Amino acid sequence: MGKYILKRVLSMIPLLFVVSILVFLFIHLIPGDAARQVAGATATAGEVEAVRKQLGLDQPLIPQYIQWITGIFHGDLGISYTNNTTVAELFAPRLPITIYLTICSITWSVLIGIVIGVVAAINRGRTLDMLGMLIAIAGISLPNFWLGLQLMQIFSVNLGLLPTGGLEDWRGYILPSLAMGAGIMAILARVTRSSMIENLGKDYVRTARAKGLPESRVIMAHAFKNSSIDIITVTALQIGALIAGSVVVETVFSIPGLGRLLVDSIGFRDYEVIQALILFFSFEYMVINLIADVLYALINPRVRYE
Amino acid sequence: MAETLLEVKDLKTEFKRGKKDWITAVNGVSFQVRAGEIVGLVGESGCGKSVTSLSVMRLHSKHNTRITGEVTFEGKHLLELKEPEMQEIRGNEISMIFQEPMSALDPIMRIEDQLTEAISLHNQGLSKSEVHARCVRALKLVGIPEPEMTLRNYPHELSGGMCQRVMIAMAMSCEPKLLIADEPTTALDVTIQAQILALMEQIRNEHNTGILLITHDLGVVAETCSRVIVMYAGNIVEEAPVKELFRNPHHPYTKGLIESVPRLGRRVRRLPSIPGSVPDLSAMPSGCRFAPRCAYARPECSARLPELVEVGPDHKCACPFYANVRKEA
Amino acid sequence: MATTEKGSASSGFAAGEELPRAQSPVKQFIKKFLRRKTAVAGFIFIVFILILAVIGPNITPYDPNAYDYNAILAAPNAAHIWGTDEFGRDVFSRIIAGTQLSLGTALTASILGTAGGVVLGLIAGFFGGLIDSFIMRVCDVMFAFPSILLAIAIVAIIGPGITNIMIGLAVFTVPSFARIIRGAVLEVRGELYVEVAKSIGCSPARIMFVHIFPGTLQALIVNFTMNVGGAILSASSLSFLGFGASVTQAEWGAILSQGRNYLAIAPHLVLFPGLVIFLTVLAFNLFGDGLRDTLDPKLN
Repeated sequence: MGKYILKRVLSMIPLLFVVSILVFLFIHLIPGDAARQVAGATATAGEVEAVRKQLGLDQPLIPQYIQWITGIFHGDLGISYTNNTTVAELFAPRLPITIYLTICSITWSVLIGIVIGVVAAINRGRTLDMLGMLIAIAGISLPNFWLGLQLMQIFSVNLGLLPTGGLEDWRGYILPSLAMGAGIMAILARVTRSSMIENLGKDYVRTARAKGLPESRVIMAHAFKNSSIDIITVTALQIGALIAGSVVVETVFSIPGLGRLLVDSIGFRDYEVIQALILFFSFEYMVINLIADVLYALINPRVRYE
Repeated sequence: MAETLLEVKDLKTEFKRGKKDWITAVNGVSFQVRAGEIVGLVGESGCGKSVTSLSVMRLHSKHNTRITGEVTFEGKHLLELKEPEMQEIRGNEISMIFQEPMSALDPIMRIEDQLTEAISLHNQGLSKSEVHARCVRALKLVGIPEPEMTLRNYPHELSGGMCQRVMIAMAMSCEPKLLIADEPTTALDVTIQAQILALMEQIRNEHNTGILLITHDLGVVAETCSRVIVMYAGNIVEEAPVKELFRNPHHPYTKGLIESVPRLGRRVRRLPSIPGSVPDLSAMPSGCRFAPRCAYARPECSARLPELVEVGPDHKCACPFYANVRKEA
Repeated sequence: MATTEKGSASSGFAAGEELPRAQSPVKQFIKKFLRRKTAVAGFIFIVFILILAVIGPNITPYDPNAYDYNAILAAPNAAHIWGTDEFGRDVFSRIIAGTQLSLGTALTASILGTAGGVVLGLIAGFFGGLIDSFIMRVCDVMFAFPSILLAIAIVAIIGPGITNIMIGLAVFTVPSFARIIRGAVLEVRGELYVEVAKSIGCSPARIMFVHIFPGTLQALIVNFTMNVGGAILSASSLSFLGFGASVTQAEWGAILSQGRNYLAIAPHLVLFPGLVIFLTVLAFNLFGDGLRDTLDPKLN
């Protein structure tokens, strides 16, 4: 098992490398003079040259990359010209907020999605199944920003129960997590249902029943445990959508997180911040997929020995 | 004669296909299995033999199945038991093994955990080490050379024959009185088949277990069974002791089945076969269901479903014209 | 359900000694599909929206861009059934007029992305070897960027605008279709008819497009339908964030984004465009589900 994890981690390194090159090239893809774009419209010629030096744009590409990537390993993510601070300082207060929001969203959506999926599969073809799948297909089709705004309209504006935005206390996280997680909840409900239906028809489930196991144990210890392999795979794939969702939902609820920072930075053309954020989100996505792969191997013995 | 373990009377199993649309898979079947006896249940695929066994175990989904008739196991009416009471019987007093040993075991669970599940479920109060000891004993019983190692394996690390041994070990772990084996050797190599059959005979001899062996393979029947039940399209068409059946088949279908098995040392120009195929469940012919394929069929065959009647000692047949069949045979 | 049984029963009588005539696969498909009421509803809604997209700008009750300072932020009423916005423009008219842009963006992005993915997937699956590994590694790298983040990055580089959104969405559609088609090709490639085509000396291009591509069509149609729904969501999200259509353009996401500032006093500005986006995406998803269930009976 340890060997498998090591192998997976090592196989991620070349991918990380390629991704970092692409993100590095990002600034060079900006049409026109990158240094002028980065420094901003109001910068003087001298300031532009200073930026050019700082970014290393006056050097050939390879030394530039080396300088950039070494900086990142030392925690130097670049400079925000709009805010006149380092990117790292911008990240520090925002990172925990986004991570906390992501964890809240994924926790409720995975739990509820699985429950709906399992209940629907057990009651296949009956009212509960149809109700569950109705919720699921609606959840997949809902624009998360609209859902967020409607929740805000109902619970904050009309009922006055929850704050419309900001994060004074835990109540501020409720509506954003709901809006962010709805899509994943819906997708997981569908995946869980079809995987459970497939597994409930398998021979080993019949064997489990023939052993005299109570139905609850047949469902949870056998069918669901096998379905969890599919559930983990799909959850990991949905993390990308979740990260994108954080960008939208943080904007809707005016939450000072990394997603909001991305939207603002694009508005201000604060390129080094954008670059650092894209690198961060891709890295986060890859790490979560790695964790999912390891979990997958832990549950599924057939993978480990390949 | 040994005590009767399982008595099935007029068992009828129907599946729901649409609203108020039911199709009959098993149409009033009656038979018995006695302790220490291996009974073969034979027929082509789709004749209802597996459905019969799953009905006895009540393993069909409740939502789309209707089972009527009477299934008595040691005086208990299985079809009337509550679900928890039925769970006490499954795997404990009646066990079952299946056709595809590889897929019949949970792919992501170690063999030990799968065995433990059955043992500790039906033997509450056993300590961990006692359960482990019983796992080892169960595997030894089925001739697995290194039980400790196999217990740590996952199903995909074992061969098909080994998986079937594990299945039998699991089925026997609570020393059931009745074992239902649904095509246990069909998916295995011929040499392994013989080993598994020998193992089942050995278990019968040592534990006096009654075995209901479901198969489409008459060779398997001839080798292991003491009595044979032949099913066709949801009905029993003939029932007899094994020697009697092979020597003296009464029903045209049985006769056809026996003739279509190739035999060594007998030259035939062409292997005889039964023309046509098993009728579709939703389009059963009226009267005798075999009539459309039967060489001896008469107009009156299509009028009424013939009953299973005694035609000799322990020999029953559901063809009123069996005498003609015998004459020609 | 009932009608088909009746049909088969009567044909059983009529056929007599004739062999029962096999139904054409298209007819069978339509018959099976019509049984799924939600999918049919989705299909009807899609047709309706497509018609709106074509003739929409000509049939709006008001000029979607006409300011009316006498009716600013009016709640839905008899004259303006979905109310008016902060410039007094009729929301209902703007949404109808916006169908073209919203649906057009999503459809174009999906078509471009799918076409790119299909070509790459066919090449990868058909030639295998190094080309395959290269294409698949490129896809892996693209998958390392979470979905619309890639589109956001592209917008960040080339600037906001509806065309740029389209490019961004198309680019991130490519890898998933390349994978799907490659998988389908690998499945089809082993089939006998492809072997036969090879053995009689068909050119690779001919084998690919005449023999292999049709075999992947089912997977393609289903995923394309689902993808359009996703693209509508993504495009409206990007417009909502201000990266897509400009606020003067009538586009669903942009209308909603503008209306958001008046949530407390004029909730209808957010409610209606969102509802239309939701229903359209729902229609595509229901239709896609129905297609998948009909084409692939395994999943029933």
